[in-house]
Amino acid sequence: MSDIILKAKNISKQYRLGLVGTGTISHDLNRWWYKVRGKEDPYLKIGESNDRSTKGSSDYVWALKDINFEVKRGEVLGIIGKNGAGKSTLLKILSKVTGPTTGEIKTKGRIASLLEVGTGFHGEMTGRENIYLNGAILGMTKKEIGSKIDEIIDFSGCQRYIDTPVKRYSSGMTVRLAFAVAAFLEPEILVIDEVLAVGDAEFQKKAIGKMQDISQGEGRTVLFVSHNMAAVRNLCDRCMVLENGKISFVAETEKAIEFYYNSSTNVIKTIDLNDRKRAGDLGKQLKIIKLIVNTNNEEKNTILVTGDKAFFKLVVENISGMEYTNVSFTVSVFNEAGSFLFASRSDCISKVYNINKPIQTFTSYIEKLPLNKGEYTININCSLNDRMLDSVHEAHIFSVQEGDYYGSGKLPAKKRKGVYVDYKWL
Amino acid sequence: MNTIKENNWLYTISPKKRAINLNFKEIWNYRDLLFLFVKRDVITQYKQTILGPLWYLAQPLFTTVIFTLVFNNIASIDTGDGIPSFLFNLAGITSWNYFSACLSGTSDTFKANQGIFGKVYFPRVITPLSVVVSNLLKFGIQLLVFISFYFYFVYFTDAASLARPVIVILLLPIVILIMALIGLGFGMALSSMTTKYRDLSYLVGFGVQLLMYGSAVMYPLSLIKEKVEHGVLPKLVGSLIEYNPMTITIELFRHMTLGVGEFSLTKFLYALVVSIFIFLLGLILFNKTEKSFIDTV
Repeated sequence: MSDIILKAKNISKQYRLGLVGTGTISHDLNRWWYKVRGKEDPYLKIGESNDRSTKGSSDYVWALKDINFEVKRGEVLGIIGKNGAGKSTLLKILSKVTGPTTGEIKTKGRIASLLEVGTGFHGEMTGRENIYLNGAILGMTKKEIGSKIDEIIDFSGCQRYIDTPVKRYSSGMTVRLAFAVAAFLEPEILVIDEVLAVGDAEFQKKAIGKMQDISQGEGRTVLFVSHNMAAVRNLCDRCMVLENGKISFVAETEKAIEFYYNSSTNVIKTIDLNDRKRAGDLGKQLKIIKLIVNTNNEEKNTILVTGDKAFFKLVVENISGMEYTNVSFTVSVFNEAGSFLFASRSDCISKVYNINKPIQTFTSYIEKLPLNKGEYTININCSLNDRMLDSVHEAHIFSVQEGDYYGSGKLPAKKRKGVYVDYKWL
Repeated sequence: MNTIKENNWLYTISPKKRAINLNFKEIWNYRDLLFLFVKRDVITQYKQTILGPLWYLAQPLFTTVIFTLVFNNIASIDTGDGIPSFLFNLAGITSWNYFSACLSGTSDTFKANQGIFGKVYFPRVITPLSVVVSNLLKFGIQLLVFISFYFYFVYFTDAASLARPVIVILLLPIVILIMALIGLGFGMALSSMTTKYRDLSYLVGFGVQLLMYGSAVMYPLSLIKEKVEHGVLPKLVGSLIEYNPMTITIELFRHMTLGVGEFSLTKFLYALVVSIFIFLLGLILFNKTEKSFIDTV
């Protein structure tokens, strides 16, 4: 049961930046000339790793570089990573849409892919005709589809419109129909890319359930790419984190997701507040010079996660050199629309500090971050006996990733930008 | 245990490319897709039109009328005794249409299907093949029209006193195959090259039209020979037209159905060999492109 069904060895994929394709005519000719003389492709040597944010010196880039992994039969492998990390390129190679530049993949079964549903649908044809067409594109025979058509129609929930041209369907209905076709495919390995993003909650649940059936009930292997960590948690046994075209981490889902959140390189290390403008006399006696926002109380910023721990560390410089007692700090959180959500004010929970060193750090700790996925702004200030000593407006904008606040994998009112509170039902 | 299983890999994905990598078993497995593509083409072509499939008939008929007016009535090209020029032109146009539909239908395979090619894998050859097959249906309908006119002229007028099918009509399927192979071969080659160099797609439109004038569609080959003999036409142009495989197939088609011109086995074999050659060339280019085109399109 635990045999390896798919093995990727040294998979790399090179792209040329800027221009279309792998090169201009002159590069093509040059490449051909090298090949004629039996030499190696001259353009394979150059090329940098795939990092979206830095400007490279070479025109060639490795979208994937030396990818090695194995997948066991019946396993659900999640592939996570930032935009442009190479996830989709890998799936495209796996589904044979494009060839790798080097390396090879060996499998012991048919691979079928479900990359963005609805491609291959023809608007002029009815739902039923499209089921046949789409099924055939995905590799089913007419007979196979015929024997499952009732189940497929039933699963899609589009019975009423099944003999209506697909161009009259809503986008959600198209997705339902397309997913239904793919769900009844019977390949040994199924490759799925971000399909659950569309479709309503009921259908997403149905789709995840179906995928669990596929992997657990029928013992088929699934490779699943998604940014939706809740879905990844629900489905995957193991996850592979891709970063700049390389595998940076492979582990069981929880650890991999944690690694992914913490490794996001677009997080700056600390926030320097020393040069921020302050109104009036603020910041002349005590000055908040640095801010660190993270989930682990260390000295580096990380992305915060719903329901996870959150630390806001304020580094304060004593400019006047005097000693202070009864100093309190406040961290206020605002949503994207600028509405105030909550504040963590130390003296409200009877926590006041003495300041007697030139530089001191004070930390506000939230055990379960009640914020939804999104971007938030914070204001911070420091006061002495209700007199404001320093205040930094919009000190930092931080982002929160979706997490599991209630430990159930579910979140209420996900689309609405509220806060979560602990509650009970009696 | 792993070492034993090491040899059991069923499929391999690798960058290596063979020149011709036709996996017939795989194509056979996808035969239903071929039929469904054909069905899609047929169903959707004339959706939301009033005349529907009648358009299949309108285009060749009107072209034939115009050709007859321009080339036979005005330019007085002689189509041979006892053969109505209308029937002569209809034969030429019907066969030419099949070739040109195959060529232009397959020449943008990669570009037109990049959406679906970019998402799922299936043997790419299925797509151009489906174009050829669905055009075969259209050709069949047009052939029926031709046959009806043929009977009309033979039995209700005396204009077609000499029009008789010849026994070599048994070779008709092969002639159709030749047209399909040439169209498909050129189409696949063009579609492969246009993924990278778009210039060629501009060529296809008027190139096909120009080629028609060099393929003896609206004049008999004997006319060209006569003009060359009289020195009106350069010899080079004459032989270019004579050895154009499409000229040979169209002449053959007219010979089979109407009895005009003559049958030459050498020319027939020549056309067959050339068409297979063009087809293989197209297939090699197509195979080379299908693995990487999604990065270049």
